[in-house]
Amino acid sequence: MPSVGEILDGKRICICAGSGGVGKTTTSAAIAAGMAARGLRVCVLTIDPAKRLADSLGLEELGNEARQVDPALFAEQGVEIKGELWAMMLDAKATFDELVARQAPDEEARDRVLGNRIYQQISSALAGSQEYMAMEKLFELHTEDRFDLLVLDTPPTRNALDFLDAPKRLTQFIEGRSLRVFMKPTGFAAKVAGRGASVALSVFKRIVGFDLIADLAEFFNAFSGMVDGFQARARRVNSLLADHRTCFLVVCGPQGEPVDEAVYFHRKLVEAKLPFGGVIVNKVHYPAERLRGDGADLPAVLAERLGEDLGGRVCENFADYQALAERDSRNIDRLAGELRTQAVIRVPHLDEDVHDLAGLAEINRYLFASAEQREALAAGRA
Amino acid sequence: MRGYSHGHPVFLPPTEIARNHPLTEFLDKRLLFVTGKGGVGKTTVAVALGLRAAAEGRRTIVCEVAAQENASRTFGHAEVGFHEVEMRENLWSISIDPDESMREYVLLQLKVRAMRDMLFRSRIFSYLAAATPGLKELVTIGKIWELAQLDRKVKSGRKYDLVIVDAPATGHGVGFLQTPRTFASIARVGPIHSQAQQLDRLITDREHTGVAIVSLPEEMPVNESAALERDLREEVGVAVDRVYMNALYPERFSGEESERLAELAAGEDGAVRAAARAAVSEHERARSQRAQLARLRRRVEAPVKTLPFLFEPELGVDGAEQLARRLG
Repeated sequence: MPSVGEILDGKRICICAGSGGVGKTTTSAAIAAGMAARGLRVCVLTIDPAKRLADSLGLEELGNEARQVDPALFAEQGVEIKGELWAMMLDAKATFDELVARQAPDEEARDRVLGNRIYQQISSALAGSQEYMAMEKLFELHTEDRFDLLVLDTPPTRNALDFLDAPKRLTQFIEGRSLRVFMKPTGFAAKVAGRGASVALSVFKRIVGFDLIADLAEFFNAFSGMVDGFQARARRVNSLLADHRTCFLVVCGPQGEPVDEAVYFHRKLVEAKLPFGGVIVNKVHYPAERLRGDGADLPAVLAERLGEDLGGRVCENFADYQALAERDSRNIDRLAGELRTQAVIRVPHLDEDVHDLAGLAEINRYLFASAEQREALAAGRA
Repeated sequence: MRGYSHGHPVFLPPTEIARNHPLTEFLDKRLLFVTGKGGVGKTTVAVALGLRAAAEGRRTIVCEVAAQENASRTFGHAEVGFHEVEMRENLWSISIDPDESMREYVLLQLKVRAMRDMLFRSRIFSYLAAATPGLKELVTIGKIWELAQLDRKVKSGRKYDLVIVDAPATGHGVGFLQTPRTFASIARVGPIHSQAQQLDRLITDREHTGVAIVSLPEEMPVNESAALERDLREEVGVAVDRVYMNALYPERFSGEESERLAELAAGEDGAVRAAARAAVSEHERARSQRAQLARLRRRVEAPVKTLPFLFEPELGVDGAEQLARRLG
């Protein structure tokens, strides 16, 4: 059972993916810190981190630029950063604007796009734009070659699959190939595509109103000179994702539903021929240490030591935790079986939820420990 | 249009809002949105509300959006799709697929069959629909509106007393509930403009529409719940009726007992030590959760109701039934 350090050995990009609420942001930050501790220059790209986590990383006033995290902050927690840890909070809208500025043939074309109402909707609100821009920023940083390793915390999607599909969907939308034909004011479209299409367009106009159609037409016209640039870039992003030095880590929780999601996401990664590195299961209830056969006497022993009342409550609580631990271990066995992998790293359910550097440092010990060390660490808690 | 008046929404200043209205009053609304960040238990709470409303005799439907099937899965039922399927007495479920909603919307708009057929055969139409930002969300809310009508547009549609929506995760702020308002401003004229306005009135109609946020006793979900409540108020014009703090651990041990157990664990091994450690952990978690609960209460205006953590391997319908009884 490898550690995160072994999985990421020689990799340039690590993408942490999973559904919402499983601790992706924290895991990404802990991985980046751990790799920086090993001497690499690492940058973690995150979106919307817990405020206190951001504060403790010194990120409260970050724009769309990478900033170095003060190693002294980690030293206080007993983590020596031998390399460098950088972090940035992704601003999807600003990234999209920069991309348009780079692709636009001239300033006028750029301003037409930036000022378009449909563009403003898409760049800030349309589902998929955050995902697309996360990929875009990743590609940009990779091209600059300033870091040994980039760790990407993927945006919270309802379904982990959205993350993979979003860039393609968005590029297709911007291309708007078939649609643009119908936007031309000549009415040429109606002639080519026949009655069905013209009815479709007229019904659509009736439903959404003419001004919206006009805005769409304006949008596609404004983008028309840039489509090739966007397509070429999308192809390069895709080949970067499929590169053997890129690694996808699936992050999930130990309950049935997150495990199902992780299995599904892994299957999609394999289908898309994207490099899967391993799975990190957060908030696991580790089973208690081997009980050496004295489990059956426990109620009596506890009653004797603590009295009937407290002993009884301790017993009841222990039974509840053991039940959760059994569930977690069943689900994780299923996960490992479905994924046919040994690379399943279990991070225990800590007593406090993790949102500061002390918590990060603690998670880090599990992520970068060997399997034996991890068991030993967890044996300290039931 | 019975059930919802054509009138303007009533905006009440925060001080005048009856803050602690009982659950019955909440369930007596026509439409409830259950929202919150991913992984907090929105579906379970939506289903629990549905079970409770149905048990009290209200004909209730729980809606999933964006083609999700979490509610039907909670019932251990096969996928329901775009159909109103009965789960329990008085309780139905539907998964609202935006493409199906669009199709139904067009069917209701166009009476000429030949025109409809032509339209559905045309790929251009679906392309246009997909290309228009927010249109999918808009037709989804349109379908929710349709379900909430006493005079259903759909032929032989069932009349519901209560429609509960398991809203999408708030990855992008208030996006979903804001769609009608945004759309009404993009499409400045035309039928969709007035329909978007109508949907916005539905969402902001405090008398008939309620909103619950589901949260967890952890740093980030508490922050996000507070931000979500504020955004809903400021950007959508919606006041949140309830915040459910979900999965709260019981306080099984006092601080004094925890200290005693920590001492016991230090001098023991085997099962006694493991059990004592588990108890100390439980105490620590329960304590940190109480601190988060206090933070949530300080930071939101809506009344905060708690739901217990269920020590059960998987939260199926039994878990939802337990929560339904504990709903405040």
